Amino acid sequence: MKVKQISIFLENKSGRLAQVTQVLSENGINLRALSLADTADFGILRIIVNDADKAVKVLKDADYTFGETDVVAVEVPDKPGGLASILSALWEAGLGVEYMYAFVKSSGANAVMIFRFEDTDKAVNVLKKNNIRLLTGDEVYNI
Amino acid sequence: MIWNEKYECMSRKELEELQLGRLKAIVRKVYDRVPFYHDSFDDAGVKPDDIKSLSDIKRLPFISKKDLRDNYPFKLFAEPMNDIVRLHSSSGTTGKPVVVGYTKNDIETWAELMARSLMCAGANSKDIIQNAYGYGLFTGGLGIHYGGERMGATVIPASGGNTKRQVMMLQDFGTTVLTCTPSYSLYIAEVAEEMGIDIKKLPLRVGVFGAEPWSDNMRTDIESKLSIDAMDIYGLTEVIGPGVSMECNQKNGLHIFEDHFIAEIIDPDTGEQLPYGETGELVFTSLTKEAFPIIRFRTRDITSLNPEPCKCGRTIARMRRVSGRTDDMLIIRGVNVFPSQIESVLMQVEGVEPHYEIVVERKGNLDEIELKVEVTERLFSDEIRKLEAVQKKIQDEIESVIGISIKVTLVEPKTIERSEGKAKRVKDLRPKE
Repeated sequence: MKVKQISIFLENKSGRLAQVTQVLSENGINLRALSLADTADFGILRIIVNDADKAVKVLKDADYTFGETDVVAVEVPDKPGGLASILSALWEAGLGVEYMYAFVKSSGANAVMIFRFEDTDKAVNVLKKNNIRLLTGDEVYNI
Repeated sequence: MIWNEKYECMSRKELEELQLGRLKAIVRKVYDRVPFYHDSFDDAGVKPDDIKSLSDIKRLPFISKKDLRDNYPFKLFAEPMNDIVRLHSSSGTTGKPVVVGYTKNDIETWAELMARSLMCAGANSKDIIQNAYGYGLFTGGLGIHYGGERMGATVIPASGGNTKRQVMMLQDFGTTVLTCTPSYSLYIAEVAEEMGIDIKKLPLRVGVFGAEPWSDNMRTDIESKLSIDAMDIYGLTEVIGPGVSMECNQKNGLHIFEDHFIAEIIDPDTGEQLPYGETGELVFTSLTKEAFPIIRFRTRDITSLNPEPCKCGRTIARMRRVSGRTDDMLIIRGVNVFPSQIESVLMQVEGVEPHYEIVVERKGNLDEIELKVEVTERLFSDEIRKLEAVQKKIQDEIESVIGISIKVTLVEPKTIERSEGKAKRVKDLRPKE
């Protein structure tokens, strides 16, 4: 139930984001989801791709600093209160969210959110117990 | 092993007698043959006959780097050009270079000193020495070369640069001793890794590193990355080149070859000689050089001297690893800062690579230091606040050592320029007065 996310260190200067996405596209890697967090000096680009192993190789060859992290893809009902009910289930279980971002595509009628938890395994259990549907890695990579 | 036990292990008393005899002769020679010394001794009211004991050296005037430049190119030579067999020169990045000459005997002396140095570092006649110091006007390349041959080792005159070929030779030739700048050794290790070669598994066992200031923490880093003993060598073109002093297996100071040089420590502001153990500016007098003798040369290197016999068996005095050259010292908001202090703190931070750059700028009326540090996989986190915590930690630790706050910027890997010779760590962008 875990999805592999790649986070890449980027200096906060013009063209860096364009360059990294260019490198990925040249190698036929497709972005499934992305989010960019930044400070005045640097940013972290977090991406989910169709082929994580290949992306890792490409990034390594291009001398990027990056890390691989397990995240969770959660199906969120596309209606008012959809996200709130998931967050309150997590909150009641005492689970902290490090960060989250929305998926570009939807899964059927539902939206997809990516969550990064402090304790991924525990979060997966809590979500399952609350009958919240999680997407598998393969589902996400091929959505 | 000790190359020349007679001179490296003699008693202090014997050594001082030898030094005094040689000092008297060299002072007489430069007074008679080099107009600059004749005039400067006269100005100071001192004659060669006034040198009756070693402590009389204090009566002689200093010679500065500027004096050397002013006498460009050959005016300080004490032998006719006909007897000079080689010229070397400093880089001259700040004006005219300093040109030094060597007689046949000088070249012999230098080879002897370098053979002593290499053996002091732990090398012997069975070693294969890959000499990656630049060959040319720079004294590093040929200095090591002649010393290695004198010792009977196999010398590969690799010179600097072409790093992939350096790695190939390390592997294919079975190099056991690498000589280059400390920063270049790390670059070689980095390139080896890119080439998929585990440098730790190669026969390389000793590195003789010098020509730029480096910290003890950087030593630890080099030793673990290359799986070698990293030894500090010291020398200056003005004095002879590399081989003025060298670290031994105790890694606790560099042995000065005192039968050929007298070292003093002075207060850089007053010029007064300081006792053993005190920190100040290092001053050298050459005792045996024929073509280019030098009397009380102010090196601008900061260190201290220790005359106690060493556990390695040598009795010659040791100088503490040079913590910085007064030329490299930055004055930031009135505070003296040595780049080596910053390096030393930085190397203690878990996961930091020794690739950094110090940028000094003036913003308004205030000097600001920015330290650029490359983010490695070990430092990296997918969470902003963890990266900011790393930044803050480096900032705080440096502030606690140098006493002023600096800005730490994390930059992408391999964006800081790698050097094949002397690393340029500092960019001072402040307007020149």
